[in-house]
Amino acid sequence: MTLPDLNIIWYILVGVLFTGYVMLDGFDLGVGALHLFVKKDEHRRLFLNAIGPVWDGNEVWLVTGGGALFAAFPEAYATVFSGFYLAFMLLLCSLIFRAVAIEFRSKEEWTWWRQFWDVAFSAGSFVAALLIGVAMGNIVRGIPLDADHEFAGTFLGLLNPYALLMGITTVLLFAMHGAIYLAMKTDGELLEIVSGWIPRLIGLFLVSYLLFNIYTLLAVPWVLETVRARPHVLIVVAANVLIVLNIPREIHKGRTFSAFLSSCAAMGLMMATFGLTYFPNMVLSAPDPANSLTITNAASTDKTLGIMLVIAIIGVPLVLAYTASIYWVFRGKTSLTKHSY
Amino acid sequence: MTAELLARAQFAFTAAIHYLYPPLSIGLGLALVMMEGLWLKTGNPKFHSMARFWTRIFALTFAIGVATGIVMEFEFGTNWATYSRFVGDIFGSALAAEGIFAFFLESGFLALLLFGWNKVGPRMHFFATCMVAFGAHFSAVWIVVANSWMQTPAGYHLETVVNGKTVVLPSDYVVAAADLTRVRAVVDDFWAMVFNPSTLDRLTHVVLGAWLAGAFLIVSISAYYVLRNRHLDFAKASLKIGLGFAAVACVLQMVSADFTAKGVARNQPIKLAAMEGVYATAPRTPMTLFGYVDAKNETVTGPKIPGLLSLLAWGSIDKPVVGLRDLPDAKFLLAHHPGATPQEFPALRKSYWPNAPLVFQFYHLMIIAGVAMLAVVAAACFFWWRGWLFDTSRPATRWLLTALIFSVLGPQIANQAGWFAAEMGRQPWIVYGLLKTSDSLSKVVTANQIVVSLVLFALVYALLFAMFIFLLTRKIQHGPDEEEELPDSWKALIRTNPRA
Repeated sequence: MTLPDLNIIWYILVGVLFTGYVMLDGFDLGVGALHLFVKKDEHRRLFLNAIGPVWDGNEVWLVTGGGALFAAFPEAYATVFSGFYLAFMLLLCSLIFRAVAIEFRSKEEWTWWRQFWDVAFSAGSFVAALLIGVAMGNIVRGIPLDADHEFAGTFLGLLNPYALLMGITTVLLFAMHGAIYLAMKTDGELLEIVSGWIPRLIGLFLVSYLLFNIYTLLAVPWVLETVRARPHVLIVVAANVLIVLNIPREIHKGRTFSAFLSSCAAMGLMMATFGLTYFPNMVLSAPDPANSLTITNAASTDKTLGIMLVIAIIGVPLVLAYTASIYWVFRGKTSLTKHSY
Repeated sequence: MTAELLARAQFAFTAAIHYLYPPLSIGLGLALVMMEGLWLKTGNPKFHSMARFWTRIFALTFAIGVATGIVMEFEFGTNWATYSRFVGDIFGSALAAEGIFAFFLESGFLALLLFGWNKVGPRMHFFATCMVAFGAHFSAVWIVVANSWMQTPAGYHLETVVNGKTVVLPSDYVVAAADLTRVRAVVDDFWAMVFNPSTLDRLTHVVLGAWLAGAFLIVSISAYYVLRNRHLDFAKASLKIGLGFAAVACVLQMVSADFTAKGVARNQPIKLAAMEGVYATAPRTPMTLFGYVDAKNETVTGPKIPGLLSLLAWGSIDKPVVGLRDLPDAKFLLAHHPGATPQEFPALRKSYWPNAPLVFQFYHLMIIAGVAMLAVVAAACFFWWRGWLFDTSRPATRWLLTALIFSVLGPQIANQAGWFAAEMGRQPWIVYGLLKTSDSLSKVVTANQIVVSLVLFALVYALLFAMFIFLLTRKIQHGPDEEEELPDSWKALIRTNPRA
């Protein structure tokens, strides 16, 4: 295989790993963001146990995505992670907090203990979702890079209004996704509460999503230019809009599982839209696009990409098999047992 | 402090705290396989209650291990961006393989191990336990491969781009700091990279260290119950399993230590000289049992056994271990400092030495901890053989059990000290002989940013550690449930023990 082919394959594979991450960890971060909105201890435990068997595996998609980015596009990995230093440190701390909060929270009965870890879990999830969105917003908009591909901006520069709007949109997207997931996993009183949230979350997300898209068209000039040059992207955009609108339709018809699948598909199509318009860039440099990292100048050698492809061909089917079987074993409504969180 | 020292301190701190947990997961994971296997084989409910109790301890260590581990995956990019750019082609694939092959396996089957008791049958559950243990070991494989490549790089070449064309650099090319935006190390031979000269020795050493961590945790908690006369049936059986596991791991670890030390002698002579504080090259190089290194006067103070280091390193007491005053050799110095005169060599050499006084202490701390573990296990096995181990009316038994309670610290001290010796002994290199740590930093990250994140992590990790100790203590106080309920669907499948 020639070099460009392998680079494209890895562009797609890294994209698939991060898409898997947002689809899967997206709902458990969303559950976390909603956690404090239920007050009863039993309900909070049901929230935790709804994601209990799967959150850990979901987070592995992020770790593996990071590893794959390191291996396939080391320049992009080094630039983004050192450039977004403080933002990533905050992200890591929030992921740590929410992870241990799940494990620790129900181990003791004291009110203050549970309240502390409830807040840690919820705030950690919220901040993680927000920062993932902010990072993504900056990548979309482009960040200042110098000729050596080093980040030339500041931490505060990363907190620009565009990136923050993407951050909020991401939180709302994850919260909606999480609420739909919870509707599949709960019943009785809790299901009623969660079902009441879903239409409101969908509404909030749609407003934010619309604003974000308008802002993108106004503030990120390269997007329109690329879409003009690559009109086929519009097919994906159209599919994306339809699938997003399908979420409220499925909810209205009471088909929660279909709504959840639509929500997953919407995330997949958003990532696909991004990937198709962004290609062949890995990290866009703004204001000087000549310094951008692309799938060619950021990539490892074709030898490494080839070795990694073999690893992926062996590994990915196994990963999909475990993931599918775990979700299958733990399908259905969550109930509390002695071994629950 | 400089950004380099801060970045090193932050990495060392986060890695050291992280490394308290994975060895426990690896060692306990294997112990869970033994316990559940014994239960399924014998049907004795004692093993069932054992598997359940140690699974709860395992879950706690695993959760914190995962939480602190995510940091490690990203810290190469955040703190060592120049390093990541230089070695990404090689180092990244080991990390990605760890994610794909090990972490997914572990986390997927962990769900079944922890929450699957009434969702799947006993055979499937046992299979999940095996896969979690296997995944934990497999993650050790890939991370040790990556680290060993930093110790003894192999299977790579250097290349650069000139006028849009890739040029392979000669194997003796010396990397200068100014090269780092355009020269990188790339894979030539994947398997030579994976099985670089130190991988197998170090992997064995690390995995056995992890087994010891798991085994001694079991020994310690069980000894506590025996001494307190609580959960006796459970505690005696757990103590026997833990001791057996610890004894096997201890003996194997001694063999592995010998292989590892010989490997260091062969591959990283400067590290060996620093570990033992050898400055002058002389036949029958002695080994210092304990003491201290005076770097200024280049002396070591402490009891020495003549010829022992030569014997351990080379298998012959007459062959000298080369001292720091002759390292690195003249050829290396001339390659890195063209035109240097022999008068300049001594000063140049010092710039390639690690911090010998500290490396010496960490290395000896590891050995002392190892010998202490061997001694306490030998004593416990002797007591077991004589039938005194559970006879708490004997003062000697009570002393021994007290020592066993504290023995949990042994492997933790040895693992930490061993890693500090290995990593500090590699300095000033990040990739031995190839790339310097001082050239590997993230250029855009300032010392202040590192301070902020270091303080943040120090606070978070201190809280986590306090929580871990607190919850572990609570679990120990709660103890095992003597009668674990069995899922109805399992009852027909488990042969009940007639004695039970």
